[in-house]
Amino acid sequence: MKDIAISVEGLSKAYQLGQIGSGTLSRDLERWYARIRGKEDPLLIIGENNDQNTKSHSNVVWSLKDISFEVKKGDAVGIIGKNGAGKSTLLKILSKVTTPTTGRISGNGRIASLLEVGTGFHPELSGRENIFLNGAILGMRKREIQRKLEEIVDFAGIERYLDTPVKRYSSGMYVRLAFAVAAHLESEILIVDEVLAVGDADFQKKCLGKMSEVSKGEGRTVLFVSHNMTAIKKLCSSSILLNKGNIEMSDLTHRVIEHYYHSNKERLAKVSLSSKREGSGVVQFYDFDILNNYCEPKSVMLSGETIVLKFILNAKSDIQNIDIGFSIHDEDENMLSVIYSSYQDKIFNLKKGLNEVFFELADNYLSNRTYFIRGLLKADNIIADMPLEPLGELVIESGNFYQTGSIGHQTSKVAFLIKGKWS
Amino acid sequence: MHNEEHGWTIEAKASLFDLKLNEIWAYRDLLWLLVRRDFVSFYKQTILGPLWFFIQPLFTTVIFTFIFGNLAGISTDGLPKPLFYMAGITAWNYFSDCLTKTSTVFRDNAGIFGKVYFPRLIMPLSIVVSNLVRFGVQMVLFLIMSGYYYLSGANFHPSWAISLIPVVVILMALLGLGTGMIISAMTTKYRDLAFLVGFGVQLLMYATTVIYPLSVALTKYPKYAWIIKYNPMTPILETFRFGFLGEGSFSWASLGYATVVTLGLLAFGIVIFNKVERNFVDTV
Repeated sequence: MKDIAISVEGLSKAYQLGQIGSGTLSRDLERWYARIRGKEDPLLIIGENNDQNTKSHSNVVWSLKDISFEVKKGDAVGIIGKNGAGKSTLLKILSKVTTPTTGRISGNGRIASLLEVGTGFHPELSGRENIFLNGAILGMRKREIQRKLEEIVDFAGIERYLDTPVKRYSSGMYVRLAFAVAAHLESEILIVDEVLAVGDADFQKKCLGKMSEVSKGEGRTVLFVSHNMTAIKKLCSSSILLNKGNIEMSDLTHRVIEHYYHSNKERLAKVSLSSKREGSGVVQFYDFDILNNYCEPKSVMLSGETIVLKFILNAKSDIQNIDIGFSIHDEDENMLSVIYSSYQDKIFNLKKGLNEVFFELADNYLSNRTYFIRGLLKADNIIADMPLEPLGELVIESGNFYQTGSIGHQTSKVAFLIKGKWS
Repeated sequence: MHNEEHGWTIEAKASLFDLKLNEIWAYRDLLWLLVRRDFVSFYKQTILGPLWFFIQPLFTTVIFTFIFGNLAGISTDGLPKPLFYMAGITAWNYFSDCLTKTSTVFRDNAGIFGKVYFPRLIMPLSIVVSNLVRFGVQMVLFLIMSGYYYLSGANFHPSWAISLIPVVVILMALLGLGTGMIISAMTTKYRDLAFLVGFGVQLLMYATTVIYPLSVALTKYPKYAWIIKYNPMTPILETFRFGFLGEGSFSWASLGYATVVTLGLLAFGIVIFNKVERNFVDTV
């Protein structure tokens, strides 16, 4: 326990979508008055579907779901993920700006978090006054700031303007000063969010240097969130990849970044999975990807190349006898082909939660066009899920279909490609 | 001492009554720096600077003297009219400034609250202390005026209750703080309450003995005077006047009542403020 700086156990954070209260007292009174008269809620959105399908979608969004991890003392850990993956929420909870819905975090050592530089800076106050104010907001005592004042001013390079109101500073100076205060916090744990996205290249370098000095030289623990993979690579030995509120991967930084790049690429091939769908819902499409022969996600495939369709299915419970079907459509919504796993005597038994199902299309005959893949799931021959939108988009470009190097007449005008034996 | 090992936990639930007083103490430097910021920024952004602290009570006193004193002819318990009004205005201003500024503390500080943690109670506390500076400056004005009237032979005598003034000031601060915190917590849910505050404070002034003495209200409107009597600000203000000017309806019972109400509102205010503060960031 002694060498653990931060220990996160089962951390979740739920956000309520929309407003529970209407936000104004008069509207709430209106609602309350309607209720005591037995009338309908006047504020319900008219035409809102109240059928079972939408009802099962509660308006609670889990920004973080059951996250657990540990950070050892002196480690520098990067946190990466797309927008909305839960990074900011995690940082906000760690910084005590907001509270978790469930779970707990325990740790050792004073924690300083920089979700933003220059929080509380007042434009009318001088640089010196702002150093003290900002330092105090970040949790420093006056004495402590006094002791570090020279160092801070030196780092920011503003000694000439120390007694000038910061409203006269250039934006570069402002940011330098703000970072300088934060960087000189005496804390055992430092949480940094994207602050390096500001300032000029030189200063960014300086910040990075300071941060690596903090983590490597002084042995302090650093949690670093950034979209700048170069910075993460340089600073953090290990990283955590967040995706949709879950930890997708936690490993050495270069591995996580590699994985992240790949998972990012696959997004290109996909039309978002709409929530509009029909079926009993016992099992649903959760995600869909198009992979090449080496299981690499691709946005564009070549004709003749092996295409692997990856379906991620979400089962409500352990379930048997699942028949998976998909159809290929052209851009005018004409169905070109359809196949069910049952045609090939294949049915699936799924476990509760997420399941992966692959379909390999060797030697595809698709021509140089854009196709849409639609999906359908049957459980015991009853429709379980039929998204009304396509699962994804499949773009085919001319490739080495004939294995001769000739591209031939691969245009979007032909319906499909053929090849056979000449004699 | 700041590098010492100390463990901490962040949990989903926290006790309503965990006031984190030790944390507030640890952040006391921030309190003073915020007060300083308020003062300096106010001073720097104006041409007349601290003169503004004088102008508002001075003009209000003049207008009250003309309208309520001369035009309406409301009695001032035999005290010089400007002195009577200024005592009321000085004290009332402090209370109402504390209340109105505290009531918007979440809205005004949403930016900071969303980015960095410090004990949130520091903010309303800094407001109360900042306003104390302003109150102090206005007190100087009031004392100068009292001295002027005293030397020109006006008929008033400060009473022993002047020794209660520190208590009175603290009560005003805490009453404004407590009420303001309750309103601030409610305005995060109901934004239209914010409009009510300015108007409500104005109305409340008429229900407090700022422009008339309690004795007049009791004799003229015995039926409705209970509103004024049970308004916790009334005994506070009456004690303030009684202390400095020697006239006013002072009683230990009414001051005791005001103290109990103030502490009750304050306790409720702190609890509700702490509850709202925990997840306030999610709702803005």
